[in-house]
Amino acid sequence: MSDEDLYVDHDNSRWAFGTGFTDPLHGVDQAVPDGVDAGDLAACCLALGDDALVSAQRLAEWCTRAPELEEELALANIGLDLLGQARLLYARTGRADGTGRGEDAYAYFRDPAGFRNVRLAELPGGDFAFTVARLLVLSTWRLALFEELTGAPDPVLAGIAAKSVKELAYHRHYAAGWTVRLGDGTEESRARLESALRDIAPWLDELLTDRTTARLGLTPAAVADRTLASLTEVFGRAGLEPAEVMPPGPASMPRVPGSGRNADHTEHLAPLLAELQSVARAHPDAAW
Amino acid sequence: MNTPAATGAPPETRGLESAFEDTIARDQRVEPRDWMPEGYRKTLVRQIAQHAHSEIIGMQPEGEWITRAPSLRRKAILFAKVQDEAGHGLYLYSAAETLGADRSDMTERLIEGRQKYSSIFNYPTRTFADVGVIGWFVDGAAICNQVPLCRSSYGPYGRAMVRVCKEESFHQRQGYELLLTMMRGTDAQRAMVQDAVNRWWWPSLMMFGPPDDNSPNSARSMAWKIKRHTNDQLRQRFVDMTVPQAEKLGVTLPDPELRRNEERGHHDFGSPDWAELQRVISGDGPCNAERIARRRAAHEEGAWVREAATAHAAKQAARTREGAAA
Repeated sequence: MSDEDLYVDHDNSRWAFGTGFTDPLHGVDQAVPDGVDAGDLAACCLALGDDALVSAQRLAEWCTRAPELEEELALANIGLDLLGQARLLYARTGRADGTGRGEDAYAYFRDPAGFRNVRLAELPGGDFAFTVARLLVLSTWRLALFEELTGAPDPVLAGIAAKSVKELAYHRHYAAGWTVRLGDGTEESRARLESALRDIAPWLDELLTDRTTARLGLTPAAVADRTLASLTEVFGRAGLEPAEVMPPGPASMPRVPGSGRNADHTEHLAPLLAELQSVARAHPDAAW
Repeated sequence: MNTPAATGAPPETRGLESAFEDTIARDQRVEPRDWMPEGYRKTLVRQIAQHAHSEIIGMQPEGEWITRAPSLRRKAILFAKVQDEAGHGLYLYSAAETLGADRSDMTERLIEGRQKYSSIFNYPTRTFADVGVIGWFVDGAAICNQVPLCRSSYGPYGRAMVRVCKEESFHQRQGYELLLTMMRGTDAQRAMVQDAVNRWWWPSLMMFGPPDDNSPNSARSMAWKIKRHTNDQLRQRFVDMTVPQAEKLGVTLPDPELRRNEERGHHDFGSPDWAELQRVISGDGPCNAERIARRRAAHEEGAWVREAATAHAAKQAARTREGAAA
C-alpha cells in the first residue's frame, strides 16, 4: 500500500466508533414504536445525554492532571464511555423530537437554560477525592437507572441502556475501588473523602427523586432504593459510617431546592458550556 | 569495526560479552535477563525514558483542546488519542523498568529537568488546526523514527514499539483527515491550517535530532542496533513522505529551498535553525517551563493519593497475614 492509500482511505469499516460516520444509529430501525410518547422519550434521552456530556467534560478536565498514569487512563476511559453514551442519546433525541437534529446541535448550540443535566454533574472538579466520590454516586445511580431502562418500551433506548450498563458497571467498580482505598488509606485521604461526600450529599436528593424515566413507565423508587443500598455497601467496605457521610434516608436529606431537570442550574454550568462550545460557535459555518 | 562493548571489559565478563555481541550480530533480541554491557543498558534507559517522557509531556499541547473540540466526533477522537499517549508512556516506563530503572525515579528526573523529552512539545497549540497538524507532522515524524525501532535489539523496547506504531499511524491519519475536512470548509479554516503548517514545519524537522555530523550518540546506538537509521536519513524520509501529502491537501510548506532533486531521487530542503533547537533543548523554548510545571503539579498534587493507595495495600496485606495466622 502506498502512503497515499494510507492517508486518503475511505474504508470506514477500518475506523473506530464514531470516526467514519456521522449517525451513530445508522442501520438501526429508528421509528418510535406505537404506545411510546415521542415527546417523553425525547425528554428522557436529552436529560440522560446531558448528564453524560457534562460528566465527560468534567472528566476531560483531569487530562494530564491525574495522580498516576493508571488513573489518567481510567478517567479518560470513563470520560470516553460517557461521551459515547451522550452521542447515542442525542441521536435518539433528534429522531424522537421530530427535528432530525444531529448530536452537535444539542451539544454546541443550546444555551445553559436548554440543558437538563442533574446539577451534581456540573459542579466544579475539586480534588481527586471529590472526583471519586462524585463518580461513585453518579455511576451507582446511573447504573441502577440504566438497568431499568434495558426494559424500556423503546427498543433503541433499551439497546443504548444495555450497552451502557456494561460501561457503568466498570465506572462504579473503579470509583468503589478508590473509595475503599481512600477511606482505608491515610488520615488525609479519609478526611478528604469524607469532606467530598459531605459536599455531595445535598445534591443526592435530586438524583433519587428524578422522575425523568417515570413517563416511560419505569419506577424511580426502585432506582433510588438500589442506589442507596449500593452506596451503603461501598461505604461499609471503605470503613465509613454511612450516616456520617450520607443521610440515612431521603426524608432527612439536606437538599438544594430546584433541579437541573427543570434548568435550575448552578452558576458553574455556563462557564463549562462556554468552554465546550467556544470553537464551534466561533465558526458556526465550519465543517470539522 | 569494533563494537563499543569490545573495549575495556574486565576478563570475567569477556565470555558474556562475546555472547552479547553475537546476539547483536545475528540480529537477535537482547532480553531483560541477558547479560549486557553497562553502556548499552544506560543508553537504552536514557532513550526509553526520554521517549516515555515525550509521550507524557506530549499529552499537554493537544490535551488542552479536548474540552474545546468543535464536534463530539473530534472530541472523542482527540480524547482517545491523548489517552493512547498516556498508554504509550506506561508501556515505555515498563520497558525501562525491565532494565532496572524505576518509574517514580524517572518522573522525578523529568520534573527536575535531569532527563529530557522531545523539544517539539515546547511549542504552543494556538488553534484547533494545530491538533490536525500535530497528528500529520509530529506523529508522522514519530512514525519515521519509531518504525525502525520495532527492530531494536532490545526485546521489550522493540515489542512496545510495535504496538505504539500501530496507534501512531491512526493518530497521523486522524490528523490528516481533520486537515482535509478543514481545507474543504471555510476560508478562516483554510487560513488556520496554513498558519499551523507554517508554525510546526521547522520544529517537526528538528524532531529527528541534530545533523549526523553533530550527533554524538548516534554511531554507538547504530552499532548496538538500538537505532537503525541516522537522523539525516530519517529526516529525508519524512520530507519525501510529506511533500506529496501537502500538495494533495493544498497547503504550502514554508521552505523556499524545498524542491525535488531528480538526480538524488529525493527532495532537497533548507536547514532548520539548529541554534533554536539547542535553545529549546536547553530549556528556553516557548513552553518548557509551563510543560514541566504542569507535570510537576500533577505529580505533587497526586502524592496524597499514591500514599493512600500504598497505605491501604499495606493494611490489606497485614489483615491477610493476621487472617492466615489466626
